[in-house]
Amino acid sequence: MFSYYLDLAVRSLKRSPGLTALMVLAIGFGVAASMTTWSVFRAVSGDPIPWKSSKLFVPQIDVWGPQGRSSDGEPPNAMAYPDAMVLMRDHRAKLQSAMYQISPSVVPAQAGRHPLNVSGHAVYSEFFPMLDVPFLYGSGWNASDDTQRTAVVVISSKLNQKLFAGANSVGKTLNIESKDYRVVGVLDNWNPQPRYYDVVNSGGFSATGEDVFLPFERAIEVGMSNDGNTNCNAVPAESGFVGLQHSNCVWIAYMAQLDDAAAVTAYRNYLDGYAHAQQQAGRFGWAVNNRLRDLPAFLDNQHVVPSDTKVSLLVAIGLLLVCLVNTVGLLLAKFLRRSGEIGVRRALGAPRSAIYAQFLTEAGIIGAAGGVLGLLLTGVGVACVGWVLPKSIATLARLDLPLLALTLLVAVVATLLAGLYPTSRAARVQPAWQLKSN
Amino acid sequence: MKLHPILAALRKHKAGTVLIALQIALTLAIVCNAVFIIGQRVERVNRPTGIDESNLFLISQQWVGAPSGDTADGVEKLDAMQKEDLVALRNLPDVVSVAPINSLPLLNSSWTGALSLKPDEKNVGTRTAYYFGDEQVLPTLGLKLVAGRAFNAGDVQHQGARDQRDPATVMVSKAVADKLFPQASATGSAVGKAIYLNGSGKPSTIVGVVERMQTPGTGSWASAFAWNSTLVPTRMDANFSRYAVRTKPGRLDAAMRAATPALYAVNPLRVLDEESIQSFAEIRDKAYRADVGMAALMGVVCLILIGVTAAGIVGLTSFWVGQRHRQIGVRRALGARKVDILHYFQLENLLIAGVGAVIGVLLAISLNLLLIRQFEMERLPLAYVLTGVVAVLALGQAAVFAPARRASNVPPVTATRAA
Repeated sequence: MFSYYLDLAVRSLKRSPGLTALMVLAIGFGVAASMTTWSVFRAVSGDPIPWKSSKLFVPQIDVWGPQGRSSDGEPPNAMAYPDAMVLMRDHRAKLQSAMYQISPSVVPAQAGRHPLNVSGHAVYSEFFPMLDVPFLYGSGWNASDDTQRTAVVVISSKLNQKLFAGANSVGKTLNIESKDYRVVGVLDNWNPQPRYYDVVNSGGFSATGEDVFLPFERAIEVGMSNDGNTNCNAVPAESGFVGLQHSNCVWIAYMAQLDDAAAVTAYRNYLDGYAHAQQQAGRFGWAVNNRLRDLPAFLDNQHVVPSDTKVSLLVAIGLLLVCLVNTVGLLLAKFLRRSGEIGVRRALGAPRSAIYAQFLTEAGIIGAAGGVLGLLLTGVGVACVGWVLPKSIATLARLDLPLLALTLLVAVVATLLAGLYPTSRAARVQPAWQLKSN
Repeated sequence: MKLHPILAALRKHKAGTVLIALQIALTLAIVCNAVFIIGQRVERVNRPTGIDESNLFLISQQWVGAPSGDTADGVEKLDAMQKEDLVALRNLPDVVSVAPINSLPLLNSSWTGALSLKPDEKNVGTRTAYYFGDEQVLPTLGLKLVAGRAFNAGDVQHQGARDQRDPATVMVSKAVADKLFPQASATGSAVGKAIYLNGSGKPSTIVGVVERMQTPGTGSWASAFAWNSTLVPTRMDANFSRYAVRTKPGRLDAAMRAATPALYAVNPLRVLDEESIQSFAEIRDKAYRADVGMAALMGVVCLILIGVTAAGIVGLTSFWVGQRHRQIGVRRALGARKVDILHYFQLENLLIAGVGAVIGVLLAISLNLLLIRQFEMERLPLAYVLTGVVAVLALGQAAVFAPARRASNVPPVTATRAA
């Protein structure tokens, strides 16, 4: 019976090619616009470390007091050096790392090649196990390298490709800012988006991955200055990078792994206790105002997903809705025009369910055709995203199998839904009236 | 023409009528807000920065193994290196002038603080972005001086990039001058006045006022003080430096190509790649890419919406015309003129579109309120809504014309034939 309805539907659609094309175009454009914006939204709003994000926490300490808070009473989103160092020393979380963004120069060993600039982070050894950073060769450094300020480095596979032709470079030497560092690990492809471990300095998204990771205290010792945001509520009393370290300026990102609710409570109490102690010592002249958010909550609080992305998605869904309303109207016109035919079928004994099957088949075909057109247009749309969006975000939008499947599914389901009302009207046609008027 | 028969007929086509009205309402709501977004973005992108953007490029370079900027000795060495670079660049044949600078408008790398009229005021004052440069900064950026004087070589100091020092002289943009001295009738009266930078206790004297200079930040956090710029006559010494270069007209590409070899000749131990040298056009393009993209996307959505809605009206009206073929014939046979039939369908569409537009206005305002609450949009001006209403009514009339014409051409003889 289905193949018969299919045949009927195709005949009917051929009879009014203009109307059919109009419905297919509307569904195609509506679905493609929604799916293109969805691909961007999906890319920027995804959880960068879904298996662990609920265990990763970002502590915030109010070092500036009421005058330095934003209008919603939030403390600074980064940490001052003295506080970060106390938190590292007290070591109350299972794993934790203070970190700051660096942008050092690297001098290739090969003669005749110009120095290059790389971006990276100064971190503690626990950074790598905490974030499940994948290694191609070697591993991170250990806790004693942290305290001894060993000159070691973890590099990206990209930098390894550039400088060591992709070979296992563990144990080799790398010249960073004119000092030699021993390579201890080479990362596998790792460029999480958003760059959740340091949203404050990366602004969330970055087209290029990070190339070097150095021990934090080593970087401080050699005076490798921070590259990124430095926010001060007062001019530092001393000058230079050392002056910044002694100041209440915030420039350090901090992340801690807390495995269960008890650990979170304990850590929260610890932070509050620290702020109380600072109060007592006269450094903080205000009530405790700390925050301890897990990673998804912190990313949300920092508005990592650009609002343009959300507005685009909203508008595109609106467009799809209009296209569907349009389809309901056109299907209604198309189906009711065939009231005579329906009357004959009903009079010859076809039950209402048969009418439903026949007309929903027709709607389904339009949906499928619209879906195929939508696939093509979504392909065009995703390809054009790079043309209209910043590179850091555009590179994230991908055309993959789930997106293609979703495009088809949305097109067919939406058109079937749109076909429901016209079909129910068609099924309610009174056979007697139709036969009489004919 | 009487409305009664139209209303009576529409009652027979409730579903179709409701669908067209709903479609028009949704279209109006979305198009109004989308066009408003386009308008805002276009306005944003077209803001003049206040600098002469043609024939201007920026070099951002980093020395390898440079002395530390934290020691007095290191700062002197870095300054000498920077001066060598400036000489090399100024000697290039296609270059008109060069200024060391920490940032440029739209570069999104800024140094901000606050200015006040009293000493030692912490956390208050007029927010501003700082530009650090030398006496060449005005001609190089093409800034327009409206009062006082430009920096001279005697004003220019140098300091480590993280040192805190209060300059003896500064220049401000007119926006800053107006904010600091609102009572002053003429901009010139800001000249010679003392201001305090970042809650400092030491005064800095305003020597000149430039007409307009945008700050480097393009994010929403910076929009509140987008025109508040302060120029400080200081070379910043660090392991990196930036140079703004103005070239002879039409010689931008040649000068950009010549810069790299010239700087490598001074000192090869530096990072200088293709990303280090960018024309101001590239900086502008990068800064506004998201805005242009958003405007383009909204434009495409509007076009699709209008197309789909117009086509939907044509489709449904055509169906009605087909359905009422016989009735039209009867009316014609009873003496109705062609133009009466035409007007009937036009008026019918006007009624439906009118109802749709009324609902659409409400939807447009609700959507705008939602965008304001969720995404810090601005209030939709009434002019956009009214224009939108006129536009959808016109769209409806345009779409209905062809089917209505076809209806008016139905011959009276149809009435005598069986359906």
